[in-house]
Amino acid sequence: MSIKGRLRKDATVAGMFLLPSIIGFSLFYIIPFAMGVYYSFMDSSVNSQFVGLDNYRELIASESFQKAAANTFYFTGVSVPVMLALSLGLAMLLNQNVYFRSWLRTAYVLPLVVPVASVILIWQILLDWNGSLNAWLSIFGFERVDWMKTDAARTVVIVVYLWKNVGYNIILFLAGLQQIPKDYYETAQIEGAGRFRQFGSITLVYLTPTMFFVIIMSIINSFKVFRETYLIAGDYPHDSIYMLQHYMNNMFMSLDVQKLTAAATMMVGCILLIVILLFMLERRFRQFME
Amino acid sequence: MKSTRVLQKLALTVVMTVIAVLLLFPLVITFTNSFMTEREIGINYKQIGQINEVTAGNRNSFVNLKLVPDVISLEQYGKILVSNSIFLVMFWRSVFLVVPIIAGQTLVAALAAYAFSKLQFRGREVLFLVYLLTMLMPFQVTLVPNYIMADRLGLLNSSNAIILPGIFAAFGVFMLRQFMLPIPYSYIEAAKLDGAGHLRIFSTIIFPMIKPGLAALIILLFVDYWNMVEQPLIFLDDPFKQPLSVYLSNINQGERGVAFAASMLYMTPMVLLFLYAETYFIEGIQLSGIKG
Repeated sequence: MSIKGRLRKDATVAGMFLLPSIIGFSLFYIIPFAMGVYYSFMDSSVNSQFVGLDNYRELIASESFQKAAANTFYFTGVSVPVMLALSLGLAMLLNQNVYFRSWLRTAYVLPLVVPVASVILIWQILLDWNGSLNAWLSIFGFERVDWMKTDAARTVVIVVYLWKNVGYNIILFLAGLQQIPKDYYETAQIEGAGRFRQFGSITLVYLTPTMFFVIIMSIINSFKVFRETYLIAGDYPHDSIYMLQHYMNNMFMSLDVQKLTAAATMMVGCILLIVILLFMLERRFRQFME
Repeated sequence: MKSTRVLQKLALTVVMTVIAVLLLFPLVITFTNSFMTEREIGINYKQIGQINEVTAGNRNSFVNLKLVPDVISLEQYGKILVSNSIFLVMFWRSVFLVVPIIAGQTLVAALAAYAFSKLQFRGREVLFLVYLLTMLMPFQVTLVPNYIMADRLGLLNSSNAIILPGIFAAFGVFMLRQFMLPIPYSYIEAAKLDGAGHLRIFSTIIFPMIKPGLAALIILLFVDYWNMVEQPLIFLDDPFKQPLSVYLSNINQGERGVAFAASMLYMTPMVLLFLYAETYFIEGIQLSGIKG
């Protein structure tokens, strides 16, 4: 059958397979999304009027939005690269000869399945002004830090994120590493390539597809760390960890639909941009590989 | 030569074990502390949340984090399970939210993933990109529109306001598509020659072949939805409809005594499921990632 013929015939079948998903997905995601974008251009009164970019102008001028956006960028910008480096490093170590490899792997992945609410208590005990972390630090003569109420909260949120998600990425990287044929390294060794050279020209190159997926998952998961901060620090945490999600939640609570939808639309725009960029990079890289 | 290699292996193992112990530390504390008596918990942790000025100069004001209880007791578990039945009610409420989401999303997503991976149609790539994008968005982005939608559909304050969006979330489609992509099209062609329709091919060939993917998806969804906090808080006004996740984040602030035991019971299903199905879980995550 010609490709065109298959395309036509498949389309009907595809429609049937997609139907349940499309209906629900439109109802609960696409239409709400479109409504959100629509609201972001309207003013607040009941018989609403188109106000163009007014909401956006107001939003960008708002100090708490600036703070939230900056913090979110900072958090994702720092935590995702750190996560990449850390999980790749651990995966490479785990890929070496170690004892109890499968036990270790289990231990690294376990935090992933632990519900957030059930470890909040531990974070509180560790991070309080009178908490254990400060107790341990004081043994070594360090000053106390009020972890959740100073700029240190930033670091705490990143560490919690790493704790939770490092296992997921290790699994992905391990799989990627095991796909690289061993003789590539042997050949490289014979040709006199050092460890760094091997890492750069073999490991990194062949891990790129995995890397792409890991970055996407890391970004998604970086948004989920909000739950932790929310449960530890509430609606208004310390300034340094006040994220876009806090902002949106609070706009929701104060019924400021305009600011909320404008903020949401902008966030969608940014994420869209990042994803398209990643896709383009990946496609270009694939061509280069072939 | 050989002994240095063994030494290296040993050193590496020690380093990796130390990291593992650090990662598991919170879980171990929760476990051991859940067997302490109310009195001991009270004494150990009473300093939490005290005003900084009072304790600033005091070297002995720290909490007393203990790994081993003075007396091993089941007092806290008894309290939650026997004298305070709300925990069990909430536990089942969580189950009744999570199970329909998992069952629904797995089925709906498997069907859609088949179309996205094995059928040709116009706009496939664009539509899939739309799915992918919603998956990337934090929950707050669709909050207001979703709220309005739930209101129009009469779903507010009903668990359907949480279950239905859960069923149609894009994650399952994405994940299962990744699993179906590497299956060669020749399987489908061969089945077609034997006279099988697509529904038949899907249910008897593709579906059984992606079992590891289904297992992984089920676990990942379980982990995610067992945990949800924002959705129930916003869509369910009624405090008596809240799942365990919300209830637990409340008791963490109040009764610290039972919180450890409650946390333990709350995480146990997840941990057991993970340990039981770890191979599937890991295989699932790996396969979905490699073919990115």
